[in-house]
Amino acid sequence: MKMSKFVLFVILFLLWLLLTWTFNYQDVTIGLILSLFIAILMGDIFTEHPGKFKDIKRYLWMIAYIPYFFWYCILANFDVAYRVLHPKMPIKPGIVKVKTNLKSDAGRTFLANSITLTPGTLSVDITDEGYLYVHWINVKTIDIEEASKEIVAKFEYFLKHIYE
Amino acid sequence: MNEIGMVLLIIGVAFDLLGCIGIVRLPDVYNRLQASTKSVTLGTWLILLGVFFISGGFTAMGIKALICIFFIVLASPTAAHALARGAHISGVKLWEKSVCDKYEEDKSK
Repeated sequence: MKMSKFVLFVILFLLWLLLTWTFNYQDVTIGLILSLFIAILMGDIFTEHPGKFKDIKRYLWMIAYIPYFFWYCILANFDVAYRVLHPKMPIKPGIVKVKTNLKSDAGRTFLANSITLTPGTLSVDITDEGYLYVHWINVKTIDIEEASKEIVAKFEYFLKHIYE
Repeated sequence: MNEIGMVLLIIGVAFDLLGCIGIVRLPDVYNRLQASTKSVTLGTWLILLGVFFISGGFTAMGIKALICIFFIVLASPTAAHALARGAHISGVKLWEKSVCDKYEEDKSK
C-alpha cells in the first residue's frame, strides 16, 4: 500500500470513529471497510508529499498556531463591530497586492483562509507566482512590501513551519 | 455545563447579529463579505461550542459539534473568497470612495 493511501485511510478512519463515537464492533467494521475502499480509490489524489504527515514537529506548530489564530479572529470581530456600529463608519476600502514566500498549495490555502478571518482583510485571488490580492477595509499602504509585512508576515512564520 | 453553554449561545447569536447589521450598513459587496464572514464564523463557532457544552461534553453530539467547528474554519473563508473573486470577475465595481484596486489594474494589463 502506498504511503499517501495509508495516510488517507488513517484520517478517514479517525474521522469515522469521531463521528459515530460508539465503538460498537459493527460500526467500527463498517468504518474500516469504507475507509479502506475510499483510500484505495482516492489515495493517489489526496496528497503529493505524504512524508510530511510523519513529522511530529508540524503538529506541535499547528497546536501553537491555533490559539494565535483564534486571538486574531476575536480581534477581527471587535474590529468589525467597531466599524459597523460607529455612526460615521470609519472605512477606507481597497484591493491591495501582497507577496507570500510560501510554496506549497496547502500552505497558501491556509494563508488565504487565515487572512480572510483576521482583522479587516479578505483574500480575493492568488497568482502562481505567490501574489495575493487582498481586499483591505482600512488601507494603510498600497506598497507591496509594506502591505505584505502588515498582512502576511504574522502568519507566514507559523505556516512555513507547518506546511513547508 | 448548561449555563456555560447558554452564555456561549447568547454571545454567538450577538456576533451573528453584528454580521447582519454589517450586511445592511456597509456600502459594497466586498465590505459586506468582510463583515459577514468574520462575525458569522466566530458566531457560529460559539453557537457550536455552546451545543458542545449543553449536550454534556464528549458525547456523540458534542463531538459532532467540535468537528463542525473545524469544517467551518475550512469552508467559510473559502466561500467568501469564491464570492469575492466571482463578483470581481463578473464586473462588480468597488465602492466609489475606495482607495485603490490593484486587481483591476493587473487584470487589464
